[in-house]
Amino acid sequence: MARIVVNMANLTPERAREIVEICPFGAMEYVDGKIVINGSCRMCRLCLKRDTGGAVTFEDTPRTAVDKSKWRGIAVYAEISGGRLHPVSLELLGKARELAARVGHEVLAVLPGYRVGEAARELIAFGADRVFVYDAPALENFRIEPYAAAVEDFIRNNHPAVILAGGTPIGRTLAPRLAARFRTGLTADCTVLDIKENSDLEQIRPAFGGNIMAHINTPHHRPQFATVRYKIFALPEPVASPRGEIVECRIAPEKLESVIRVIDVEPKSPEVGIEEAEVIVAVGRGVRRAEDLEMFRRLASRLNGQLAGTRCLIENGWLDHRRQIGLSGRTVAPKLIICCGISGSVQFAAGMKGSERIVAINTDPAAPIFNLAHIGIVGDLYEIIPDLEKLIEKGGSL
Amino acid sequence: MKIAVCIKQVPGTTQVEVDPETGTLKRDGVESKLNPYDLYALETALRLKEELGAEVVALTMGPPQAEAILREAFMMGADDAVLVSDRRFAGADVLATSYAISQALRAAGPFDLVICGRQTTDGDTAQVGAELAEFLGIPHVANVVRVVRANRAELTLVCDLPLELQTVALPLPALICVEKSIGEPRLPSYRLKLATAELPIRKLSLADLPDSDEKHYGLNGSPTQVIRIFPPETDGMRERWDGPAAEIARRLGEYLFTHKFLQQPR
Repeated sequence: MARIVVNMANLTPERAREIVEICPFGAMEYVDGKIVINGSCRMCRLCLKRDTGGAVTFEDTPRTAVDKSKWRGIAVYAEISGGRLHPVSLELLGKARELAARVGHEVLAVLPGYRVGEAARELIAFGADRVFVYDAPALENFRIEPYAAAVEDFIRNNHPAVILAGGTPIGRTLAPRLAARFRTGLTADCTVLDIKENSDLEQIRPAFGGNIMAHINTPHHRPQFATVRYKIFALPEPVASPRGEIVECRIAPEKLESVIRVIDVEPKSPEVGIEEAEVIVAVGRGVRRAEDLEMFRRLASRLNGQLAGTRCLIENGWLDHRRQIGLSGRTVAPKLIICCGISGSVQFAAGMKGSERIVAINTDPAAPIFNLAHIGIVGDLYEIIPDLEKLIEKGGSL
Repeated sequence: MKIAVCIKQVPGTTQVEVDPETGTLKRDGVESKLNPYDLYALETALRLKEELGAEVVALTMGPPQAEAILREAFMMGADDAVLVSDRRFAGADVLATSYAISQALRAAGPFDLVICGRQTTDGDTAQVGAELAEFLGIPHVANVVRVVRANRAELTLVCDLPLELQTVALPLPALICVEKSIGEPRLPSYRLKLATAELPIRKLSLADLPDSDEKHYGLNGSPTQVIRIFPPETDGMRERWDGPAAEIARRLGEYLFTHKFLQQPR
């Protein structure tokens, strides 16, 4: 048990007022000569970092430890999307290989679906040591109960230390359901993953709206769940001599029952997502009017690329939400991204910092985007872009 | 029919800084608001109420001040409000948060339908809804973009998956997480503000929950631990261009041609 304790014996009225002041959330109330901690406490523990003469202390008793040696293997939830293996699963497999090599574990994949033999072979080609296939008609379309049942069965039989899932709509709905079922930890949208010798996963993710990074562990629970968004990790190379094994798994048919009935499945229009674009022109608050977007759309199409934007442009309805880059939008890693009038919040940066070349144009020389840009241009979009357009029309000679 | 809508009070801004000396968050004087994604969850519930007749209960977990967003829910048309607040919920991660809310829903329920927004703007995990459904032992559907049909026993929904739109029939009780495209949320009404000003808010603390074991909540009930928080790093391989617009445009054009993002006309 961990808790913050106020020791009344060490409390003077002056000290009490100091402690009330320290708390940024107003959780410390001084009433009738006593300090009461109210529901506003966030356990930030700022009150413990100051010298209060022992008036505020932290009490902790060790938890029952899990036997970590019984949980082995770095597993990937292999996601079938539109009948095919989602590329994020291969990216995760590449990361799983790295992590597994560090601790001497196996690389595992769990693959629920219907007629997924080809996907299983692909996972082997990309370095899975064992692929656990749950192939059944009931798994043809994603529904939460049978999919959760299949992965639960895999976990109960194989005790993996780590399970990685894509930060896709399916991964984000399946992983938390299972984490709750096993009463264990789940860290969403990790951007960096590493592993300790004792198989504790080192997880780093943007937090608090994305301006701050948090380093997170799951020290007393197994398995450890983490989701990672598409395009955060690089697509690995296939292994030279794949030696993995496909394990066909059987599960009781009643476990695959679902109360949810799929009535219709309609493929979405094959529009190129911004995730697949090789060039992106991204716009932010520096764009003054919705009509001005046309200029950036033209530039994007000249570069054979896509137009994308920051959260604020999506929120005021100027751009479709599928074109949003950032923590609450898409993650992109194009060959070139030109950021126009974007300040560069960490929330945005989290969605694009894997880009090969980053060019940023902003009038504010102190904008954080310049810490990220390979080429930072201090200047006015409304002068530079029209000049650039004229130059492109003339074929590059000014 | 009884519908619960889970809402959260979030900071009014995402511009949070780390104190370089103490390594903790500086959040003094930051204003709070209702998580914008939750407006769509409320709207979904209120439309179902209009169509089918239902009691809509807004529920939040947070500090005593979170009462403000429950008042806002009243102004939109919620019939009842529950504030779940206890210092022993402090420091909760996704699991402990979901567990506490699921317990509060059991205490305030039973509900035929629980509606959540897509995500919050401060946690950004988009995972509490699914964990809640697991703890409640009911099915859930996320990424709901449209309610096609509804009756008191079943909803027909369209959900947005990466490559397809799936239409499903979901029998109740169940939980859904809705997207923004579900429908434009109504504005708070002044008439309702006056009419609901005196309505009481039901307050639940740890002792009111079916499971009141402190070990399952807050920091103690959280499998994940934040080891440290830090400002994002930057590296130093940077070029800075400054000067007249025409000159910069010329350099940029040259860069795009050199790296073959633009083709020279033949």
